[in-house]
Amino acid sequence: MDVLGPLLMRESLDHCVKCTICETFCPVSNVTPLFPGPKYVGPQAERFRVDGEPSFDSSLDYCSGCGICTQVCPQGVHIAEINTQARAEMKATRGMPLRDRILGRPTLAGRLGTPVAPLANWTLRNRLARLAAERAVGLHRDAPMPRFAGRTFQRWARRHAAPAAARRVAFFHGCGTNYYEPRLGEMTVALLEHNGYRVEIPKQDCCGLPLQSNGLFDDARAYVRRLAKRLAPYAREGVDIVGTSTSCTLMLKREALEILAMGDDADLRAVSGRVFDICEYLLAMHERGELATGFGAIPETVLYHAPCQQQGHGIGKPALDLLALIPELRVVESDATCCGVAGTYGLKREKYDIAMKVGSGLFAQVGESGAREAVCDSETCRWQIERATGVRAVPPVELLHRAAGLP
Amino acid sequence: MSHHDVVVVGTGLAGLTAAVRLAESGARVLVVAKGVGATHLSGGTIDVLGYAPERVERPREALAGLPPEHPYALVGADGIAAAIGWFKERFAAGSLAPYAYSGDVEENVLLPSAIGVARPTAVVPETMAAGDLRRDEPICVVGFRTLKDFHSALLADELGRAGLTARATELELVPEGRRDANSLGLARGLDDPAFRGQVVAQLGSRLRAGERVAFPAVLGIADPHGVWAALEHALGRSVFEVTTLPPSVPGMRVFAVLREALRRAGGTVLLNNVVTGAERSDGRVSALRTRVGLREERRGADWVVLATGGFAAGGIELDSRWTARETALGLPVAGVPGTGEERFRPGYFDDHPIGRAGVAVDRELRPVDAAGERVLENVLVAGATLAGAEPWREKSGDGISLATGYRAAELVLAASRTVVATGRAD
Repeated sequence: MDVLGPLLMRESLDHCVKCTICETFCPVSNVTPLFPGPKYVGPQAERFRVDGEPSFDSSLDYCSGCGICTQVCPQGVHIAEINTQARAEMKATRGMPLRDRILGRPTLAGRLGTPVAPLANWTLRNRLARLAAERAVGLHRDAPMPRFAGRTFQRWARRHAAPAAARRVAFFHGCGTNYYEPRLGEMTVALLEHNGYRVEIPKQDCCGLPLQSNGLFDDARAYVRRLAKRLAPYAREGVDIVGTSTSCTLMLKREALEILAMGDDADLRAVSGRVFDICEYLLAMHERGELATGFGAIPETVLYHAPCQQQGHGIGKPALDLLALIPELRVVESDATCCGVAGTYGLKREKYDIAMKVGSGLFAQVGESGAREAVCDSETCRWQIERATGVRAVPPVELLHRAAGLP
Repeated sequence: MSHHDVVVVGTGLAGLTAAVRLAESGARVLVVAKGVGATHLSGGTIDVLGYAPERVERPREALAGLPPEHPYALVGADGIAAAIGWFKERFAAGSLAPYAYSGDVEENVLLPSAIGVARPTAVVPETMAAGDLRRDEPICVVGFRTLKDFHSALLADELGRAGLTARATELELVPEGRRDANSLGLARGLDDPAFRGQVVAQLGSRLRAGERVAFPAVLGIADPHGVWAALEHALGRSVFEVTTLPPSVPGMRVFAVLREALRRAGGTVLLNNVVTGAERSDGRVSALRTRVGLREERRGADWVVLATGGFAAGGIELDSRWTARETALGLPVAGVPGTGEERFRPGYFDDHPIGRAGVAVDRELRPVDAAGERVLENVLVAGATLAGAEPWREKSGDGISLATGYRAAELVLAASRTVVATGRAD
C-alpha cells in the first residue's frame, strides 16, 4: 500500500471546511497579530499561490512550524506541512538570510565548536559577541544557546564495549546528543543495555530538519538521503531504530516523506517504518511486559512538558506513563502547548519576543509547580525552558536512568 | 500494542462525555480521534428537543411522541435527565467553576440566535440565561466593529420584528496588539480587566434604564463566570451572551472543562489517530487499527465506544452510488433510501429522508444489522453516528450526543460490574 497516496499534502486543503479549530489552538496567532493564523495562511492563502509566480504573503514566515494545527484539524488537512512547503517556496524566490543557512546546519556548528568548546561557550555567552551576532546575522542576543560539551557522543560510542545481548537496536542520537548532550546518549545506551539490548550506534549526521524548517529543501534532502542510507541496513535487517531527539525522529518517521516529498527514496521508506521515539519505544516494551521496572524512588516534584513536535508523532505522552513507574516521583503535567522556540524559530531577532510570549504560560507553570526540574523530550525546548526559568530541564531518559540506579 | 478498558473513538460531546464518565469511575480510557471534535462549533447550549415538528415548550412531553427508532426512544426522558444532571455537576466541579449551567428536560427557554431567531434550548450556561426571549425587558445588543461575523443591528432588527423592544450599538474596541479579532481574540481580551474596563467605559453611558445587554458570546475563555459577573456588576443590569459563528467560545469552554476532567481522571487522548478497522473474533472487537501518520497501530480494548459523528464529521460517508459507509468499523448503515425511493425533498429545510441515515442500535446501543441482529457485543455507538434523528431540524444534536454518550458509559460500567460480580472474565 502506498501510504502517501491518500495523504497528499497540498491536496488535503480541499478538505478544509473553515471551521477555525486550528486557529483557536495556534500558539503564535494567539500572541501576535503578525501571524493571522494557520487557516488564513494555510488552506486559504494556498489557493492564491501559483507555481512560478512570487508569493506575496510575508506573514507565512511567522508560522513557527509547531504543527499543532495539523494535530487538531478534524478534517485531516495537513496545515503545518502546507505552510512549511509554501514558506520554502517563498524564501527560495526572495532569498535566504545567511542566518537561516547557519541555523539550518547544526553539524557545521558542532564540528567547529567542539574542539574549541571553552572559547565557543564563552563567545556564545559573551554580551558583546551576542550583540554583534544580533547585528550581523539577526540571532537574538538573549536566545538560548546550548553549551558545547567539548567531546562528542560518537567518540564515546567508538570506545564503548557493548555487552552481548539477545536483542539489537540501533541508536539515532542526532546532533544535539552528539555535540551538546553526550551524557544523554550514554544514559540511553545504559538504559537499553540494562533492558537486554545490544545498542548499535551507526555513524550519522544531521537529519535535515533545521534545513527543512528554514526552507532549504534541497540541502535538507541531501542530509536525509545520507542519513537514511546509513540507517537503512538496520531497518532492512529488522532492527528497530530509536532516537532521543523527538523532532528528528519525526523527521525520519514522516516529515521528510511528507514535506520534502521523498517518497521515492527506498532507504527512507525502510527507515521510516522502523524509527521510534525513545519513550514510545520504552513504553511499548513495558506494554509487552519487557521493561525492567525495578525503579528506585525519586522523592521529588518535576514538571513535565510534552513538546509540540513530539505531539506530531500521534503517540500521546508516553513519558508520563514511564515516569509514573518511578516510586515517589510527583509529576505535574503542563497543559501548555508550546515553549515557543520551535527548533530555531525563537532564536531569530524578529521572532524572539513572540517565542517568549508563546512560552510564557509554560514558564509560569514551571515556577508555580515548585518543581526542581522540568522534564521535556526535546533538546531545543529544554534549552528554552532553562534559559527562561532558570530551572534545570532534563530529558525523561535521565530520570529513568537515575531511578534504575545505573552508572 | 496498548490495551485499555475502553477505547472511545471521537472527541466531540458524545465521546468526551463517555470518556470522562468512564475514567472518573476508574476505567482506563483511551480516546482516539482524527482531530478535535465539534464542540468548538456548537453553541455551548444543550438543545434537547426544539421542534417535533412544531416548536417544543416542554421537551419531556414531546419526547413521548418520537418514533421508536429515534435515539431518544432508546435512552428515555429519565436517561436524558440523568445525563443533564451529570453535565451540570461536571461544570460545578470543573476547571472553569463557578461557571455553571441551568435548565433541564422539563422546559425549553428561547434564546436569540446570532441573526435574531428565537432558538428553543433546554440547558444553558449562566452567561446566556438572561437572554430568554420570553422575558419582556428591552434589549440593547452590543457589537464590536472588528467582529465581522456578528451584526448587532441585524440582530436587533430581527428581534424587533418578532415583537421585542431591541436596539443596537457598536463598540470601536480591539484588544491590545490586535488589528482585528475573532470571537476567541475578543474573549481573551475580555478576560483582561483593563480591556473590560474600556468596554464598560464606552458602553455605560449608552444604556437606557431597564435594558438588558446582549453581547456576542465572547465573555471570557479563561474565567467566563468572572467576566460575566463583573460586567453585570459594572453595568448594573442583566448581561447575556448570544452564540456566534465559529469559533464558538462557549463551545470551547465545554471542550476545555471535559478535556481537563478527563486528564485529571487519568484518561488519554490521541489525535491524528484515524480508526481504519478492527480485529474481531466471536462477535467482539479485540483491537482497533488506527492510522497514525504513515503507520498503522493496534489499540487493544475490552470495550469500544464509537462517537465519530455523522456525515458532517466524516463518521459516515455516502458515495455517488448511494452506498453509505460507517468509516471506522464498517458497521451497517441504516436509513439510506434505496433505488427509486425519495432521497431529498424540494425545500432546503424540508425533512429529507437521507437525513436520518446512520448506524442503527438496540436498546443497549450495540450496532445492529438490517434484520435487527446485534453485530458486535462490545461496541457501543453514541452521538451523531446514530440513525433515526435529524438533529438540525429537531434541534436535538447536543442532547442526543450528551444523553447517548452518558448512556454508553453507564452500560459499559454496568456490564463490567456484572463481569466482576459473577467472576466471569473474557
